[in-house]
Amino acid sequence: MTNKITIESLSLQYSDGTESLRGISMGIRQNAVTVLFGPAGGGKSTLLRCLNRLNDLTEVKASSGKILIDGENILDPQIDVIALRRKVGMVFARPVPLPMSIRENIIYGLELAGEKRKSKLDDAVERSLKLSAVWDEVKDRLNDPAIALSGGQQQRLCLARVIALQPEVILMDEPTSGLDPISTGKVEAALLELKKEYTVILVPHSIQQAARTADHAAFFLQGELIEYDDGKKMFTTPKQKKTEDYIMGRFG
Amino acid sequence: MKNNLTFREFLITRLIQAAGYSAIVFVALIFFFLLREGLPTLAEVDGSSLLNIRWYPIEGFFGILPLITGSLIVTLGAALIAVPFGIGTAVYISEIAPRWMREILKPLVELLGGLPSVVLGFLGILVLSPYLRVFLDLPTGLTAFTGSLLLGGIAVPTVVSVAEDALDAVPRAYREGAWALGATQWQTIWRVTLPAARSGVLTAVMLGVGRAIGETMTVMMVTGNAPVLAVKLSSLFSPVRTMTATIAAEMGEVANGSTHYHVLFFIGMVLFIISLIVNIIASSVVFRAKKRAERILS
Repeated sequence: MTNKITIESLSLQYSDGTESLRGISMGIRQNAVTVLFGPAGGGKSTLLRCLNRLNDLTEVKASSGKILIDGENILDPQIDVIALRRKVGMVFARPVPLPMSIRENIIYGLELAGEKRKSKLDDAVERSLKLSAVWDEVKDRLNDPAIALSGGQQQRLCLARVIALQPEVILMDEPTSGLDPISTGKVEAALLELKKEYTVILVPHSIQQAARTADHAAFFLQGELIEYDDGKKMFTTPKQKKTEDYIMGRFG
Repeated sequence: MKNNLTFREFLITRLIQAAGYSAIVFVALIFFFLLREGLPTLAEVDGSSLLNIRWYPIEGFFGILPLITGSLIVTLGAALIAVPFGIGTAVYISEIAPRWMREILKPLVELLGGLPSVVLGFLGILVLSPYLRVFLDLPTGLTAFTGSLLLGGIAVPTVVSVAEDALDAVPRAYREGAWALGATQWQTIWRVTLPAARSGVLTAVMLGVGRAIGETMTVMMVTGNAPVLAVKLSSLFSPVRTMTATIAAEMGEVANGSTHYHVLFFIGMVLFIISLIVNIIASSVVFRAKKRAERILS
């Protein structure tokens, strides 16, 4: 297994001083689920947002370090950010169906990328909806407004929208925080399928989810990477005292 | 003690109620007054001469068509200027400008909205109209176009302020969702943010148009006030007279209770009806959009 992404001493500070990252270095494995967990304000979301440069649109005071994806530094200002975002897809905590139909939501990204052939688009719709385990529920009403779906369906639709672009890396920021246990189960099951083809980085919404899904796990506390290890080891025999305390529920 | 409290509660409730009702009563009274003074026109002047193209009240010509077309052409011109500029500015302030720029621009635009229209008219007479006369080689700079430019300027702050609020209310998550799919900033604005804010933006347009059609002082100062039928494109560059300017200019000199007096009120009624129609269209569009969203959500 090789490292898809290498992060080298990444530091970042927002203008309003809220959340920050301090000297993060880690490698992220290809075709695996890497879980970033820890208490709120630890820098997990910030790190995710660096990986697809969504932080460009937030006020950042200072940043340094490198993020290499396939050996290319994506923090380089010269890089094509739009192409990067197609390669590194993202699913948010709150499902955000765009104000269009189900089908249009899926093909929107593809159309932006210049794909016009209807057969290709139809294939992408079916394939991505199947992979995200929502096809059976929506296949008869693809032209309905996406906002009419339930929360769980909307979230899987958003996942499908990302998959349709055939990214290489999928970032998920607490994708199941607003979902019921059944929908959560479906999304987690989809994860197992997804990691065969993609590199997945997940910020879970609970330690239990972290333990269920992690191939590799990284514990973040106040902007620092405390411990990074194999998922099984991390949740049974953590090396650091802070990690153990957090997993055992002594703080956080 | 307890009685005292309930009495105060009762009194305050009634006072607020009275204040609420009085707003309705005043509007109804104004409307009634307008009808009482305006409706006799229909008995004193017959329909065909009202729809005539000659407005010369001293000799008994009461054709209000030139005034209606004058108002419409000036308003239309103002809308053509105010809508693109207003929405463009709103998009810039809410989506593109960095935060420090936004904090300067927003209060500035609102300040512009508070500028007295007579001051703008002043600028129109002294600066804009001489310039237009030379630049466009016209016999006079006091034209419908001059009025449109200034009215556009008056309506822009209204459009910007309301449209910017609507854009600002679109959740940030929508934009991030589109960006994360590889949409550029412009694609996000055009396909996601503006459609999501559609009803608010429409309200902004309608309020801007309403502001333009009711404006009096500026148009009276800069449009030349010649009651000529304005239906050709070239009318845009010749003097016109609007309904509002006619009422403002002639009401002070007219004999109380005369036909001319009644016709001026009749013009007020027409103006009232036109702005009512604009408002009804605006609210029905917004209402329909809301209904659709509710249906989808339920």
